[in-house]
Amino acid sequence: MTRARPAQLVGGFCVVSYRVSCAMGGFVLKTQSAEDSRPWREMGLKDHEYRLIVEKLGREPNYTELGMFAVLWSEHCAYKHSKAVLRDLPTRGPRVLVGPGENAGVLDIGDGLAVAFKMESHNHPCAVEPFQGAATGVGGIVRDILAMGARPVALLDPLRFGPPDDPRSAFLFQGVVSGISFYGNCLGIPTVGGEVEFSRSYRSNPLCNVMCLGIMKHDELFQGRASGPGNLVMVVGHSTGRDGIHGCTFASEELREDSESKRPNVQVGDPFMEKLLIEACLEMMRTGAVVGVQDMGAAGITSSCAETAARAGTGMEIEVRQVPTREEGMTPYEVMLSESQERMLLIVAPDKAPVVRETARKWGLCAAVIGKVTDTGDLVVKENGVEVARIPAKLLAEGAPVYEPASSEPRYLRETSSFKLESLPMPCILDAVFKVMSAPTVASKAPVWRQYDYMVRTDTVAGPGSGAAVLRVKGTRKGVVVSTDGNGRITYLNPRAGGMWAVVESALNVAVTGARPLGITNCLNFGNPEDPEVFWQFKEAVAGMAEACRRLETPITGGNVSFYNETEGEAIYPTPVVGTVGLLDDIGKRVSPWFKREGDIVAILGQMPGDPSHLAGSEYLERCFGLVAGRPPEPDLVLARNLVEALVRGAGNELYSSATDVSQGGILAALAESSFGPSNDLVSSSAVGGAEIEISTGEGHRLDAVLFGEGIAAAVVSFPEPNLPEVTNLARSLGLPLTVLGRVKSGRIVIKAREEAQVKTLLDIETRALKDAWSQAFAPS
Amino acid sequence: MTVTVRFGVVVFPGSNCDSDVYHVIRDVLGQPVDYVWHEETDVSKYQCIVLPGGFSYGDYLRAGALARFSPVMRGVEEYAHDGGLVLGICNGFQILLESGLLPGAMLPNDCLEFRCGWVNLRVDNVDTPFTLEYHRGEVVRMPIAHHEGNYVLEKDPLEAVKKHCGITFTYVDESGRPTRDSNPNGALLNIAGIVNERGNVLGMMPHPERCSEEVLGGADGLRVFRSVVRYYS
Repeated sequence: MTRARPAQLVGGFCVVSYRVSCAMGGFVLKTQSAEDSRPWREMGLKDHEYRLIVEKLGREPNYTELGMFAVLWSEHCAYKHSKAVLRDLPTRGPRVLVGPGENAGVLDIGDGLAVAFKMESHNHPCAVEPFQGAATGVGGIVRDILAMGARPVALLDPLRFGPPDDPRSAFLFQGVVSGISFYGNCLGIPTVGGEVEFSRSYRSNPLCNVMCLGIMKHDELFQGRASGPGNLVMVVGHSTGRDGIHGCTFASEELREDSESKRPNVQVGDPFMEKLLIEACLEMMRTGAVVGVQDMGAAGITSSCAETAARAGTGMEIEVRQVPTREEGMTPYEVMLSESQERMLLIVAPDKAPVVRETARKWGLCAAVIGKVTDTGDLVVKENGVEVARIPAKLLAEGAPVYEPASSEPRYLRETSSFKLESLPMPCILDAVFKVMSAPTVASKAPVWRQYDYMVRTDTVAGPGSGAAVLRVKGTRKGVVVSTDGNGRITYLNPRAGGMWAVVESALNVAVTGARPLGITNCLNFGNPEDPEVFWQFKEAVAGMAEACRRLETPITGGNVSFYNETEGEAIYPTPVVGTVGLLDDIGKRVSPWFKREGDIVAILGQMPGDPSHLAGSEYLERCFGLVAGRPPEPDLVLARNLVEALVRGAGNELYSSATDVSQGGILAALAESSFGPSNDLVSSSAVGGAEIEISTGEGHRLDAVLFGEGIAAAVVSFPEPNLPEVTNLARSLGLPLTVLGRVKSGRIVIKAREEAQVKTLLDIETRALKDAWSQAFAPS
Repeated sequence: MTVTVRFGVVVFPGSNCDSDVYHVIRDVLGQPVDYVWHEETDVSKYQCIVLPGGFSYGDYLRAGALARFSPVMRGVEEYAHDGGLVLGICNGFQILLESGLLPGAMLPNDCLEFRCGWVNLRVDNVDTPFTLEYHRGEVVRMPIAHHEGNYVLEKDPLEAVKKHCGITFTYVDESGRPTRDSNPNGALLNIAGIVNERGNVLGMMPHPERCSEEVLGGADGLRVFRSVVRYYS
């Protein structure tokens, strides 16, 4: 057996070859010519990081300890490259009950109720094993919400893939969607929203972000703290196996041609077990027996123990032989690093262990005391009473170095920014309309979301396909509204603008329902941060996001950074995704995106597009010209804020019949989708709306930029004519432009253009024909 | 005079529509309701037992195949044989088939995918305790959410089912015709729900509890539960 690449099969041979040594406990790397093989490198640690460990520890770590450092000091767990930049994000606000640093953020929604929510990525696992990668991504984020004491009530999945006609991308796409469907449906947590977008840049690195939201009473809030020396450490749920060892190390490197060999690093999910775990944990937490809770995700027992102890300033002693295992002969290294799914760590008062055991038994789960909280500050691991690892918990959980890598403006930006949009020829509008509406990114995603149970729990008042999900809160009049948004193409062309737009779009998607945006979570998907150009994209996007959050008063309560979404030196589009949570005071006043009554006025609230710059990075540009070019403008944040205000206040006064924000596909797509009506019927229904509008092109404006321009903060609203004065006054009082376009018309979409005194009909089509193109364009293979 | 009808909602490990049914009965219908844990064996104190949707025992082996062996099903079988009302929704329907309380079996949907969304149903039998509040031939809207709803039955038992008007709900188009396009899962004769010969055990794939309040997009399902109350009035 060659020793050239000792850790290539992380779960297999390297562990086997060290097993004897580990069992002896006191194995020191140096004595086995570890200097030559430098096993820390294979575990993803840099030489200087290893030296830092030796310095802080005052000795060489043994193999088990090194493994524990490697996972907790991985980019995935330690945020080494992002921490410094993320400090700029606003995290406080009157509604924030729990900010970043815990398992999930928590917002106050009044009446003693709170929402816990967070978004995470599971990109790397999905690139090699899409079904299980996506399934366990769902499982992980659900346990984060559960750990806060909240009942998980909704899931959203922002996804990105390569072109659907590419066989590899189609395989990944189908696998991810099936994985979400398999896991989420069984849990009984509705998947109420998300996005699916396509671009070549995601071909080797698909993005699978998952957001979960839970609801609880304020006094049900739990935190991941191992307080009270003498308290017991218990593990509840699935037994521990050899799956997923070093999963988070794998998630902290670029993908290579041999990444397929990392499939054993991907965990395997059992949604039935997770469902039992949810019910059992909620029951245990309500008994008062539980002091602290932490989910076991990345880095398993090691991270959950180190993090809970570090937060509480305590230590912990773990006996690995007490951990229920599903395989014979697991070493301490394997037990501590396993990422087996569906496990929770509980900190329990010594006399309450029977309560926890009894509840676990009721739900058919195992619950075992695996150690106790100490006051030493050290995380101590023992095997049959013999110490095999001892590391200060704080050093492990919080001691990783923080980097501020070099950054430089990407060279490609000079070329993309200088592209002359004015010089584009004007295509046939009818042709362009059908091309844009049938683009995979714009087309109906019903073929995807009808595979998700989006109605279970009977709180889904508006589900997927309607911009933002609206969930009622039983026993109140309230509605919680949630939406995820992010635009990689825009961020690629102008990272700062992309960061801003993610926040603005998500806020607008929430506000069009009439809900006030309260706070956000984010998932920042980027390439290799050690590449200065990638890091520049990251810094700029976060700076834009921070500024937009401050202006819109939507603090960030937590999130996730996913770096190294890169294969063979080719990075994805920088893709910051934002999930916004908003509150509707009266769910009876919610506004849906669909036109309601023939004759209602159709208007644009906010900016009117038309300037050629609005086409920069647009779907239209890519679809009709094959171009990803231009420099997308930053949003006018003051205007965006006022637009949110106008939408929320107008809905509160029941002014609007419908409202939808303008995003990919421009006002044309917004008008068309408002006309199509909901797509929740499995059998196609015949009712469709339509509109007859007239547009005019201002000076220097282009017709295609009016119809398909995206770089604007705007909403398409419809309302009965008698409401016009009040809508006008509302817009005026907020300094917001209001442009009346025309009226709702049954069954047809008619667009006329006014040029000076002449009115020309650009488009006059049956809504049904366009809806067919939109809903049938996109079929997962 | 208002009557009181006590409902029991069975909770198997993996049930996930139990709280939805419970909510409708307690908060919308205003009737007393208990959760019945799968380890209980006596359900005789209830006037209607609901087997809710979900993934009992993870749907491992086959949907409903393990649940039929749970202790509570012994009680439910006895209860049904004594004439007690049993309503099986979605996974509950699958369990009724597995336990033999209703004839037939479920195959995976013909599209081979999970399907969630609204369908049109025709109510074919309004003489059951669960459908008294509907009109014969009426077209109603309800949601479905399942992976195995492709109902199959051999020729002879099918004739028997037809003979006793066992087909209760049929997938149809908006005008009430059972077309190929209006069938979301490939079920034989577009069958969405059947009742036993005695009329006291109904299995249906659509979820009436998901359409019992207008805020959720329709309330056609509430009449299933109201029918049970009316039956006892």
